[in-house]
Amino acid sequence: MAEVTDLRSAVAGLVRDGDAVALEGFTHLIPFRAGHEILRQGRRDLELIRMTPDVLYDQMVGVGAARKLVFSYGGNPGVGSLHRFRDAIEHGWPHPIEIEEHSHAGMANRYLAGASDLPFAVLRGYRGTDLEARTRVERVTCPFTGEVLAAVPALHPDVSIVHAQEADRQGNVQLWGIPGVQKEAVLAATRSLVTVERIVDELVPRPGGVVLPGWTIDAVAEAPGGSQPSYAHGITDRDNAAYREWDRVSRDRDTFAAWMDEHVLDASAPVT
Amino acid sequence: MSTVKQAPATTGEVQTIVAARRLTSAKVVFIGVGRPSTAAILAREVHNPALVLVYESGTIGAKPRRVPLSIGDGELAETADAVVAVPEMFAYWVQAGRIDVAFLGAAQVDRYANLNSTVIGEYDAPRTRLPGAGGAPEIAGGCGEVVVIVPHTTRTFVERLDFVTTVGHADPDGVLGSIPGEPAGITREGLGLRGRGPSAVITDLGVLQPDPVTKELVLVELLPGATVQQARERTGWDLRVADDPRRTAEPTAEELTALRELVGR
Repeated sequence: MAEVTDLRSAVAGLVRDGDAVALEGFTHLIPFRAGHEILRQGRRDLELIRMTPDVLYDQMVGVGAARKLVFSYGGNPGVGSLHRFRDAIEHGWPHPIEIEEHSHAGMANRYLAGASDLPFAVLRGYRGTDLEARTRVERVTCPFTGEVLAAVPALHPDVSIVHAQEADRQGNVQLWGIPGVQKEAVLAATRSLVTVERIVDELVPRPGGVVLPGWTIDAVAEAPGGSQPSYAHGITDRDNAAYREWDRVSRDRDTFAAWMDEHVLDASAPVT
Repeated sequence: MSTVKQAPATTGEVQTIVAARRLTSAKVVFIGVGRPSTAAILAREVHNPALVLVYESGTIGAKPRRVPLSIGDGELAETADAVVAVPEMFAYWVQAGRIDVAFLGAAQVDRYANLNSTVIGEYDAPRTRLPGAGGAPEIAGGCGEVVVIVPHTTRTFVERLDFVTTVGHADPDGVLGSIPGEPAGITREGLGLRGRGPSAVITDLGVLQPDPVTKELVLVELLPGATVQQARERTGWDLRVADDPRRTAEPTAEELTALRELVGR
Protein backbone atom coordinates (compact mmCIF):
# COMPACT_ATOMS: atom_id res chain seq x y z
CA MET A 1 0.00 0.00 0.00
CA ALA A 2 1.27 3.42 -0.93
CA GLU A 3 2.70 5.53 1.82
CA VAL A 4 1.17 8.99 1.74
CA THR A 5 4.04 11.26 2.61
CA ASP A 6 5.72 14.54 1.70
CA LEU A 7 7.60 14.98 -1.57
CA ARG A 8 11.03 15.44 -0.02
CA SER A 9 10.81 12.20 1.97
CA ALA A 10 9.33 10.30 -0.94
CA VAL A 11 12.12 11.29 -3.33
CA ALA A 12 14.80 10.69 -0.68
CA GLY A 13 13.43 7.21 -0.06
CA LEU A 14 12.94 6.13 -3.67
CA VAL A 15 15.51 7.77 -5.96
CA ARG A 16 19.21 6.91 -5.76
CA ASP A 17 22.28 7.95 -7.72
CA GLY A 18 22.65 5.79 -10.83
CA ASP A 19 18.99 4.79 -11.01
CA ALA A 20 17.05 4.40 -14.23
CA VAL A 21 14.26 6.92 -13.63
CA ALA A 22 11.18 7.50 -15.76
CA LEU A 23 9.24 10.72 -15.19
CA GLU A 24 6.31 10.35 -17.57
CA GLY A 25 3.41 12.50 -18.73
CA PHE A 26 2.68 12.98 -22.44
CA THR A 27 2.38 16.78 -22.72
CA HIS A 28 0.02 16.63 -19.72
CA LEU A 29 0.62 15.94 -16.01
CA ILE A 30 4.41 16.20 -16.35
CA PRO A 31 5.90 15.74 -12.86
CA PHE A 32 8.02 18.92 -12.81
CA ARG A 33 7.99 19.36 -9.04
CA ALA A 34 9.23 15.84 -8.39
CA GLY A 35 11.97 16.28 -11.01
CA HIS A 36 13.06 19.49 -9.34
CA GLU A 37 13.16 17.76 -5.96
CA ILE A 38 15.47 15.09 -7.46
CA LEU A 39 17.78 17.89 -8.58
CA ARG A 40 17.62 19.67 -5.19
CA GLN A 41 18.64 16.43 -3.53
CA GLY A 42 21.66 16.34 -5.84
CA ARG A 43 20.99 13.01 -7.52
CA ARG A 44 23.47 12.25 -10.29
CA ASP A 45 24.44 9.61 -12.86
CA LEU A 46 20.80 8.96 -13.68
CA GLU A 47 19.49 7.06 -16.69
CA LEU A 48 16.59 9.31 -17.59
CA ILE A 49 13.76 7.61 -19.48
CA ARG A 50 10.93 9.56 -21.07
CA MET A 51 9.12 9.45 -24.42
CA THR A 52 9.17 13.23 -24.78
CA PRO A 53 12.10 14.73 -22.87
CA ASP A 54 10.84 18.29 -23.01
CA VAL A 55 11.58 21.20 -20.67
CA LEU A 56 11.89 19.10 -17.50
CA TYR A 57 14.54 16.80 -18.94
CA ASP A 58 16.26 19.76 -20.59
CA GLN A 59 16.70 21.08 -17.04
CA MET A 60 17.86 17.75 -15.63
CA VAL A 61 20.30 17.15 -18.49
CA GLY A 62 21.52 20.74 -18.35
CA VAL A 63 22.56 20.55 -14.70
CA GLY A 64 24.45 17.33 -15.37
CA ALA A 65 22.18 14.87 -13.55
CA ALA A 66 21.93 12.41 -16.46
CA ARG A 67 24.37 9.73 -17.57
CA LYS A 68 22.03 8.42 -20.27
CA LEU A 69 18.84 9.47 -21.97
CA VAL A 70 16.26 6.99 -23.33
CA PHE A 71 13.64 8.77 -25.42
CA SER A 72 11.64 9.10 -28.64
CA TYR A 73 11.18 12.86 -29.20
CA GLY A 74 13.40 15.58 -27.71
CA GLY A 75 11.76 18.89 -28.56
CA ASN A 76 10.00 21.82 -26.93
CA PRO A 77 6.49 21.17 -28.28
CA GLY A 78 5.32 23.95 -30.59
CA VAL A 79 8.39 26.06 -29.78
CA GLY A 80 11.46 24.33 -31.20
CA SER A 81 14.73 22.93 -29.96
CA LEU A 82 15.68 21.80 -26.49
CA HIS A 83 18.92 23.74 -26.17
CA ARG A 84 20.38 21.92 -23.14
CA PHE A 85 19.58 18.52 -24.71
CA ARG A 86 21.27 19.65 -27.92
CA ASP A 87 24.28 21.11 -26.11
CA ALA A 88 24.78 17.81 -24.27
CA ILE A 89 24.60 15.72 -27.46
CA GLU A 90 26.36 18.12 -29.83
CA HIS A 91 29.07 19.44 -27.48
CA GLY A 92 29.11 17.13 -24.46
CA TRP A 93 28.14 19.95 -22.09
CA PRO A 94 28.15 19.81 -19.11
CA HIS A 95 29.39 16.28 -19.80
CA PRO A 96 28.93 13.71 -22.60
CA ILE A 97 25.66 11.82 -22.44
CA GLU A 98 24.74 8.40 -23.79
CA ILE A 99 21.54 8.25 -25.82
CA GLU A 100 19.20 5.43 -26.74
CA GLU A 101 16.36 6.55 -28.97
CA HIS A 102 13.25 4.93 -30.29
CA SER A 103 10.07 5.89 -32.06
CA HIS A 104 7.01 6.73 -29.95
CA ALA A 105 5.42 3.42 -30.93
CA GLY A 106 8.59 1.63 -29.86
CA MET A 107 8.77 3.35 -26.48
CA ALA A 108 5.04 2.87 -25.82
CA ASN A 109 5.41 -0.83 -26.58
CA ARG A 110 8.47 -1.10 -24.36
CA TYR A 111 6.44 0.23 -21.43
CA LEU A 112 3.60 -2.12 -22.33
CA ALA A 113 5.97 -5.10 -22.21
CA GLY A 114 7.39 -3.86 -18.92
CA ALA A 115 3.96 -3.51 -17.34
CA SER A 116 3.00 -6.95 -18.67
CA ASP A 117 6.25 -8.50 -17.44
CA LEU A 118 6.98 -9.82 -20.91
CA PRO A 119 10.56 -9.72 -22.21
CA PHE A 120 9.62 -7.81 -25.36
CA ALA A 121 6.78 -6.34 -27.36
CA VAL A 122 6.09 -6.60 -31.09
CA LEU A 123 5.05 -3.96 -33.57
CA ARG A 124 5.29 -3.03 -37.22
CA GLY A 125 8.12 -0.56 -37.29
CA TYR A 126 11.77 0.45 -37.60
CA ARG A 127 12.40 -1.56 -40.76
CA GLY A 128 14.08 0.50 -43.46
CA THR A 129 15.12 3.27 -41.05
CA ASP A 130 18.57 4.13 -39.74
CA LEU A 131 17.14 3.78 -36.22
CA GLU A 132 17.16 0.02 -36.57
CA ALA A 133 20.97 -0.11 -36.46
CA ARG A 134 21.21 2.51 -33.72
CA THR A 135 18.90 1.19 -31.07
CA ARG A 136 17.69 -1.90 -29.27
CA VAL A 137 15.34 -3.51 -31.76
CA GLU A 138 15.40 -6.90 -33.46
CA ARG A 139 13.37 -8.50 -36.23
CA VAL A 140 11.17 -11.44 -35.31
CA THR A 141 9.04 -13.63 -37.52
CA CYS A 142 5.44 -14.22 -36.55
CA PRO A 143 5.09 -17.98 -35.90
CA PHE A 144 1.54 -17.94 -37.26
CA THR A 145 1.70 -15.80 -40.40
CA GLY A 146 5.41 -15.49 -41.19
CA GLU A 147 5.21 -11.68 -41.12
CA VAL A 148 8.48 -10.02 -40.13
CA LEU A 149 7.90 -7.67 -37.18
CA ALA A 150 9.98 -5.52 -34.85
CA ALA A 151 10.68 -6.67 -31.30
CA VAL A 152 11.55 -4.06 -28.67
CA PRO A 153 12.83 -4.97 -25.20
CA ALA A 154 10.71 -4.37 -22.10
CA LEU A 155 11.39 -1.21 -20.09
CA HIS A 156 11.79 -1.71 -16.36
CA PRO A 157 12.70 1.61 -14.73
CA ASP A 158 14.10 1.42 -11.22
CA VAL A 159 11.70 4.23 -10.38
CA SER A 160 8.75 5.70 -12.25
CA ILE A 161 7.30 9.04 -11.22
CA VAL A 162 4.03 10.47 -12.50
CA HIS A 163 1.69 13.29 -11.52
CA ALA A 164 -2.09 12.90 -11.11
CA GLN A 165 -5.04 15.01 -10.07
CA GLU A 166 -6.13 13.14 -6.95
CA ALA A 167 -5.34 10.47 -4.41
CA ASP A 168 -7.34 9.31 -1.42
CA ARG A 169 -5.87 8.80 2.04
CA GLN A 170 -5.12 5.15 1.28
CA GLY A 171 -2.98 6.23 -1.68
CA ASN A 172 -5.34 5.17 -4.45
CA VAL A 173 -4.75 7.50 -7.40
CA GLN A 174 -6.99 8.82 -10.17
CA LEU A 175 -5.93 10.87 -13.20
CA TRP A 176 -8.01 12.04 -16.14
CA GLY A 177 -7.59 13.95 -19.39
CA ILE A 178 -4.78 12.81 -21.69
CA PRO A 179 -3.53 9.59 -20.02
CA GLY A 180 -0.19 9.24 -21.85
CA VAL A 181 1.82 6.24 -20.66
CA GLN A 182 1.62 6.92 -16.94
CA LYS A 183 -0.17 3.73 -15.97
CA GLU A 184 2.24 1.62 -18.01
CA ALA A 185 5.26 3.47 -16.59
CA VAL A 186 4.18 2.88 -12.99
CA LEU A 187 3.34 -0.79 -13.54
CA ALA A 188 6.63 -1.39 -15.40
CA ALA A 189 8.78 0.06 -12.61
CA THR A 190 10.42 -1.54 -9.60
CA ARG A 191 9.47 1.46 -7.41
CA SER A 192 7.01 4.27 -8.01
CA LEU A 193 5.97 7.70 -6.79
CA VAL A 194 2.84 9.61 -7.69
CA THR A 195 2.56 13.32 -6.92
CA VAL A 196 -0.99 14.66 -6.82
CA GLU A 197 -2.74 18.01 -6.94
CA ARG A 198 -4.79 17.13 -3.87
CA ILE A 199 -5.56 14.42 -1.35
CA VAL A 200 -9.29 13.77 -1.03
CA ASP A 201 -11.43 11.68 1.30
CA GLU A 202 -12.94 9.67 -1.52
CA LEU A 203 -12.13 9.28 -5.23
CA VAL A 204 -15.16 10.10 -7.40
CA PRO A 205 -15.03 8.23 -10.74
CA ARG A 206 -14.35 10.60 -13.65
CA PRO A 207 -15.10 10.07 -17.36
CA GLY A 208 -11.98 8.53 -18.85
CA GLY A 209 -10.44 8.31 -15.40
CA VAL A 210 -7.38 6.08 -14.97
CA VAL A 211 -7.15 4.54 -11.52
CA LEU A 212 -3.95 3.21 -10.00
CA PRO A 213 -4.76 1.19 -6.88
CA GLY A 214 -2.65 2.25 -3.91
CA TRP A 215 -1.08 -1.19 -3.59
CA THR A 216 0.63 -0.73 -6.99
CA ILE A 217 2.44 2.43 -5.82
CA ASP A 218 5.19 2.95 -3.22
CA ALA A 219 4.58 6.58 -2.32
CA VAL A 220 2.06 9.35 -2.91
CA ALA A 221 2.94 12.96 -2.18
CA GLU A 222 0.76 16.04 -2.39
CA ALA A 223 2.22 18.65 -4.76
CA PRO A 224 -0.37 21.25 -5.78
CA GLY A 225 0.58 22.76 -9.13
CA GLY A 226 3.24 20.05 -9.33
CA SER A 227 2.97 19.64 -13.09
CA GLN A 228 3.35 23.33 -13.98
CA PRO A 229 4.21 24.66 -16.56
CA SER A 230 2.43 21.64 -18.05
CA TYR A 231 -1.02 21.17 -16.60
CA ALA A 232 -3.43 19.00 -14.66
CA HIS A 233 -6.64 18.73 -16.65
CA GLY A 234 -9.50 20.49 -14.89
CA ILE A 235 -7.26 22.03 -12.23
CA THR A 236 -4.38 23.99 -13.77
CA ASP A 237 -3.79 25.40 -17.28
CA ARG A 238 -0.76 24.85 -19.49
CA ASP A 239 1.57 27.83 -19.15
CA ASN A 240 2.42 28.27 -22.83
CA ALA A 241 4.33 31.48 -22.08
CA ALA A 242 6.73 29.53 -19.87
CA TYR A 243 7.45 27.05 -22.67
CA ARG A 244 8.19 29.95 -25.03
CA GLU A 245 10.31 31.69 -22.38
CA TRP A 246 12.30 28.48 -21.89
CA ASP A 247 13.64 28.89 -25.42
CA ARG A 248 15.37 32.11 -24.32
CA VAL A 249 16.46 30.90 -20.87
CA SER A 250 17.96 27.65 -22.12
CA ARG A 251 19.78 29.02 -25.16
CA ASP A 252 22.74 30.32 -23.12
CA ARG A 253 24.65 28.21 -20.57
CA ASP A 254 25.07 31.00 -18.02
CA THR A 255 21.51 32.26 -18.29
CA PHE A 256 20.34 28.69 -17.84
CA ALA A 257 22.54 28.10 -14.79
CA ALA A 258 21.42 31.31 -13.13
CA TRP A 259 17.77 30.50 -13.82
CA MET A 260 18.12 27.01 -12.36
CA ASP A 261 19.85 28.36 -9.25
CA GLU A 262 17.15 30.92 -8.67
CA HIS A 263 14.06 28.88 -9.56
CA VAL A 264 14.94 25.26 -8.81
CA LEU A 265 18.15 24.58 -6.92
CA ASP A 266 18.09 27.24 -4.19
CA ALA A 267 16.50 25.40 -1.28
CA SER A 268 14.90 28.64 -0.09
CA ALA A 269 13.35 29.32 -3.51
CA PRO A 270 9.57 29.50 -3.46
CA VAL A 271 8.17 26.14 -4.45
CA THR A 272 6.67 26.64 -7.88
CA MET B 1 -18.26 38.35 -46.31
CA SER B 2 -16.40 41.50 -45.34
CA THR B 3 -16.17 44.18 -47.98
CA VAL B 4 -12.90 45.45 -46.53
CA LYS B 5 -10.12 44.63 -48.97
CA GLN B 6 -7.93 41.82 -47.63
CA ALA B 7 -4.16 41.98 -47.57
CA PRO B 8 -2.84 39.48 -50.12
CA ALA B 9 -2.07 36.01 -48.78
CA THR B 10 1.49 35.39 -47.64
CA THR B 11 3.34 32.36 -48.99
CA GLY B 12 2.95 30.62 -45.65
CA GLU B 13 -0.78 31.23 -45.68
CA VAL B 14 -1.09 29.81 -49.19
CA GLN B 15 0.88 26.71 -48.15
CA THR B 16 -1.51 26.15 -45.24
CA ILE B 17 -4.56 26.69 -47.46
CA VAL B 18 -3.24 24.25 -50.07
CA ALA B 19 -2.67 21.66 -47.34
CA ALA B 20 -6.20 22.20 -46.00
CA ARG B 21 -7.69 21.62 -49.46
CA ARG B 22 -6.19 18.12 -49.52
CA LEU B 23 -8.51 17.17 -46.65
CA THR B 24 -11.73 18.05 -48.45
CA SER B 25 -12.83 14.44 -48.72
CA ALA B 26 -10.74 12.82 -45.98
CA LYS B 27 -12.47 11.17 -43.03
CA VAL B 28 -9.73 10.94 -40.40
CA VAL B 29 -6.50 12.95 -40.27
CA PHE B 30 -3.53 12.51 -37.95
CA ILE B 31 -1.80 15.71 -36.91
CA GLY B 32 1.52 16.89 -35.57
CA VAL B 33 2.29 20.39 -34.33
CA GLY B 34 2.66 23.65 -36.27
CA ARG B 35 1.45 24.38 -39.79
CA PRO B 36 -0.07 20.89 -40.29
CA SER B 37 -2.28 21.47 -37.26
CA THR B 38 -3.44 24.84 -38.58
CA ALA B 39 -4.22 23.32 -41.98
CA ALA B 40 -6.28 20.50 -40.49
CA ILE B 41 -8.32 22.81 -38.26
CA LEU B 42 -8.88 25.11 -41.22
CA ALA B 43 -10.03 22.17 -43.35
CA ARG B 44 -12.58 21.22 -40.72
CA GLU B 45 -13.89 24.79 -40.52
CA VAL B 46 -14.04 25.55 -44.25
CA HIS B 47 -14.17 22.35 -46.31
CA ASN B 48 -15.07 19.33 -44.25
CA PRO B 49 -16.96 19.79 -40.95
CA ALA B 50 -17.09 16.02 -40.40
CA LEU B 51 -13.29 15.66 -40.55
CA VAL B 52 -12.02 13.72 -37.53
CA LEU B 53 -8.84 15.24 -36.10
CA VAL B 54 -6.57 12.78 -34.32
CA TYR B 55 -3.62 14.08 -32.31
CA GLU B 56 -0.66 11.99 -31.25
CA SER B 57 -1.46 12.76 -27.61
CA GLY B 58 -4.40 10.36 -27.82
CA THR B 59 -7.24 12.77 -28.55
CA ILE B 60 -9.56 11.38 -31.23
CA GLY B 61 -12.15 13.68 -32.79
CA ALA B 62 -10.80 16.85 -31.18
CA LYS B 63 -12.59 20.07 -32.18
CA PRO B 64 -10.17 22.86 -31.31
CA ARG B 65 -11.29 26.45 -31.90
CA ARG B 66 -7.72 27.74 -31.59
CA VAL B 67 -4.44 26.39 -32.91
CA PRO B 68 -2.94 24.51 -29.97
CA LEU B 69 0.70 25.22 -29.11
CA SER B 70 1.32 21.58 -28.23
CA ILE B 71 -0.40 18.41 -29.36
CA GLY B 72 -1.52 17.90 -25.76
CA ASP B 73 -3.30 21.16 -25.01
CA GLY B 74 -6.30 20.77 -22.72
CA GLU B 75 -8.81 21.96 -25.33
CA LEU B 76 -8.05 18.88 -27.43
CA ALA B 77 -9.01 16.49 -24.65
CA GLU B 78 -12.06 18.56 -23.64
CA THR B 79 -13.53 18.50 -27.14
CA ALA B 80 -12.49 14.98 -28.21
CA ASP B 81 -14.86 12.08 -28.91
CA ALA B 82 -12.40 9.75 -27.18
CA VAL B 83 -9.13 10.14 -25.32
CA VAL B 84 -6.80 7.14 -25.32
CA ALA B 85 -3.41 6.23 -23.89
CA VAL B 86 -0.31 6.41 -26.10
CA PRO B 87 0.17 2.62 -26.49
CA GLU B 88 -3.45 2.32 -27.62
CA MET B 89 -3.09 5.26 -30.05
CA PHE B 90 -0.22 3.60 -31.87
CA ALA B 91 -1.53 0.03 -31.67
CA TYR B 92 -5.29 0.18 -32.23
CA TRP B 93 -5.53 3.36 -34.30
CA VAL B 94 -2.31 3.98 -36.26
CA GLN B 95 -0.94 0.46 -36.72
CA ALA B 96 -4.36 -1.02 -37.39
CA GLY B 97 -4.86 1.40 -40.28
CA ARG B 98 -7.77 3.46 -38.93
CA ILE B 99 -6.32 6.80 -40.07
CA ASP B 100 -6.76 7.98 -43.70
CA VAL B 101 -4.26 10.80 -43.94
CA ALA B 102 -1.32 11.95 -41.82
CA PHE B 103 0.37 15.34 -41.99
CA LEU B 104 4.11 15.26 -41.24
CA GLY B 105 6.97 17.74 -41.30
CA ALA B 106 10.70 16.94 -41.59
CA ALA B 107 14.12 18.57 -41.70
CA GLN B 108 15.19 16.71 -44.86
CA VAL B 109 13.28 15.07 -47.72
CA ASP B 110 14.77 13.04 -50.58
CA ARG B 111 13.41 12.35 -54.07
CA TYR B 112 11.38 9.38 -52.81
CA ALA B 113 9.90 11.37 -49.92
CA ASN B 114 11.89 9.54 -47.28
CA LEU B 115 12.26 11.83 -44.25
CA ASN B 116 14.92 12.82 -41.74
CA SER B 117 13.95 14.36 -38.41
CA THR B 118 16.81 12.92 -36.34
CA VAL B 119 20.16 14.53 -37.07
CA ILE B 120 22.07 16.78 -39.48
CA GLY B 121 25.63 15.53 -39.90
CA GLU B 122 26.99 12.31 -38.42
CA TYR B 123 24.82 10.50 -35.86
CA ASP B 124 27.69 10.17 -33.39
CA ALA B 125 28.98 13.73 -33.95
CA PRO B 126 25.97 15.74 -35.09
CA ARG B 127 26.15 19.24 -36.52
CA THR B 128 22.55 19.70 -35.47
CA ARG B 129 20.72 17.31 -33.23
CA LEU B 130 17.01 17.31 -34.16
CA PRO B 131 14.18 16.10 -31.90
CA GLY B 132 14.09 12.56 -33.32
CA ALA B 133 11.48 10.18 -34.64
CA GLY B 134 8.50 10.81 -32.39
CA GLY B 135 5.55 9.07 -33.99
CA ALA B 136 6.57 9.69 -37.60
CA PRO B 137 7.94 6.28 -38.71
CA GLU B 138 4.90 4.27 -37.68
CA ILE B 139 2.47 7.03 -38.68
CA ALA B 140 3.97 7.02 -42.17
CA GLY B 141 3.89 3.23 -42.18
CA GLY B 142 0.34 2.71 -40.97
CA CYS B 143 -1.78 5.63 -42.16
CA GLY B 144 -3.53 5.43 -45.52
CA GLU B 145 -1.46 8.23 -47.03
CA VAL B 146 1.00 10.88 -45.88
CA VAL B 147 1.13 14.55 -46.77
CA VAL B 148 4.51 16.14 -46.04
CA ILE B 149 4.64 19.87 -45.36
CA VAL B 150 8.09 21.46 -45.56
CA PRO B 151 9.86 24.64 -46.70
CA HIS B 152 11.37 24.40 -50.18
CA THR B 153 15.11 24.92 -49.69
CA THR B 154 18.27 23.07 -50.67
CA ARG B 155 18.77 22.36 -46.95
CA THR B 156 15.49 20.47 -46.90
CA PHE B 157 15.41 18.92 -50.39
CA VAL B 158 18.58 16.85 -50.37
CA GLU B 159 20.11 14.23 -52.62
CA ARG B 160 20.79 11.94 -49.66
CA LEU B 161 19.32 12.09 -46.18
CA ASP B 162 21.81 12.31 -43.32
CA PHE B 163 19.58 9.82 -41.48
CA VAL B 164 16.54 7.85 -42.58
CA THR B 165 14.04 8.46 -39.78
CA THR B 166 10.88 7.71 -41.73
CA VAL B 167 10.45 5.66 -44.89
CA GLY B 168 8.42 7.29 -47.64
CA HIS B 169 8.72 5.40 -50.93
CA ALA B 170 12.02 3.77 -49.93
CA ASP B 171 14.47 3.23 -52.83
CA PRO B 172 12.49 1.48 -55.58
CA ASP B 173 15.09 1.96 -58.33
CA GLY B 174 18.12 1.52 -56.13
CA VAL B 175 19.42 4.98 -56.97
CA LEU B 176 19.73 6.12 -53.36
CA GLY B 177 21.34 3.02 -51.98
CA SER B 178 20.41 4.43 -48.61
CA ILE B 179 17.79 2.13 -47.16
CA PRO B 180 19.81 0.48 -44.42
CA GLY B 181 19.98 -3.25 -44.21
CA GLU B 182 17.99 -3.75 -47.39
CA PRO B 183 18.87 -4.76 -50.95
CA ALA B 184 19.00 -2.09 -53.65
CA GLY B 185 15.66 -1.43 -55.24
CA ILE B 186 13.55 -1.97 -52.13
CA THR B 187 9.98 -0.64 -52.17
CA ARG B 188 7.87 0.34 -49.18
CA GLU B 189 5.71 -2.72 -49.79
CA GLY B 190 8.87 -4.79 -49.66
CA LEU B 191 9.54 -3.33 -46.21
CA GLY B 192 6.11 -4.45 -45.00
CA LEU B 193 4.68 -0.93 -44.78
CA ARG B 194 0.95 -1.06 -45.27
CA GLY B 195 -0.16 2.50 -46.08
CA ARG B 196 0.27 4.00 -49.54
CA GLY B 197 2.98 6.36 -48.28
CA PRO B 198 3.52 10.00 -49.20
CA SER B 199 0.89 11.22 -51.69
CA ALA B 200 2.12 14.82 -51.75
CA VAL B 201 4.85 17.13 -50.53
CA ILE B 202 3.53 20.65 -50.08
CA THR B 203 6.15 23.41 -50.04
CA ASP B 204 6.11 27.18 -50.13
CA LEU B 205 6.70 26.94 -53.89
CA GLY B 206 4.41 24.17 -55.00
CA VAL B 207 3.18 20.61 -54.69
CA LEU B 208 5.20 17.51 -55.53
CA GLN B 209 3.61 14.12 -56.03
CA PRO B 210 5.19 10.71 -56.54
CA ASP B 211 5.16 9.40 -60.09
CA PRO B 212 2.56 6.61 -60.10
CA VAL B 213 5.09 4.11 -61.48
CA THR B 214 8.58 5.19 -60.41
CA LYS B 215 7.50 6.87 -57.13
CA GLU B 216 9.97 9.70 -57.71
CA LEU B 217 8.63 13.10 -56.66
CA VAL B 218 7.44 15.27 -59.54
CA LEU B 219 6.59 18.96 -59.30
CA VAL B 220 2.98 19.07 -60.44
CA GLU B 221 1.71 22.38 -59.10
CA LEU B 222 3.09 25.87 -58.53
CA LEU B 223 1.88 28.27 -55.88
CA PRO B 224 0.94 31.80 -57.01
CA GLY B 225 4.09 33.67 -57.99
CA ALA B 226 6.41 30.63 -57.84
CA THR B 227 8.37 29.42 -60.87
CA VAL B 228 9.78 26.10 -62.03
CA GLN B 229 13.24 27.66 -62.01
CA GLN B 230 12.92 28.58 -58.32
CA ALA B 231 11.84 25.05 -57.51
CA ARG B 232 14.81 23.59 -59.40
CA GLU B 233 17.24 25.95 -57.71
CA ARG B 234 15.97 25.03 -54.28
CA THR B 235 16.03 21.28 -54.83
CA GLY B 236 19.21 19.32 -54.15
CA TRP B 237 18.67 16.81 -56.96
CA ASP B 238 17.68 17.09 -60.61
CA LEU B 239 14.02 17.78 -59.99
CA ARG B 240 11.46 16.20 -62.28
CA VAL B 241 8.77 18.62 -63.39
CA ALA B 242 5.40 17.78 -64.96
CA ASP B 243 4.96 18.86 -68.58
CA ASP B 244 2.58 21.61 -67.66
CA PRO B 245 2.46 22.17 -63.88
CA ARG B 246 -0.89 23.35 -62.59
CA ARG B 247 -1.15 26.80 -61.10
CA THR B 248 -2.58 26.69 -57.57
CA ALA B 249 -5.97 28.36 -57.36
CA GLU B 250 -5.63 31.64 -55.44
CA PRO B 251 -6.93 31.48 -51.89
CA THR B 252 -10.58 32.44 -51.74
CA ALA B 253 -11.69 35.27 -49.49
CA GLU B 254 -13.48 32.68 -47.36
CA GLU B 255 -10.34 30.57 -46.92
CA LEU B 256 -8.16 33.53 -46.10
CA THR B 257 -10.62 35.09 -43.67
CA ALA B 258 -11.14 31.79 -41.89
CA LEU B 259 -7.39 31.18 -41.64
CA ARG B 260 -6.68 34.64 -40.25
CA GLU B 261 -9.49 34.36 -37.72
CA LEU B 262 -8.22 30.94 -36.66
CA VAL B 263 -4.63 32.08 -36.19
CA GLY B 264 -5.78 35.25 -34.43
CA ARG B 265 -7.87 33.46 -31.80
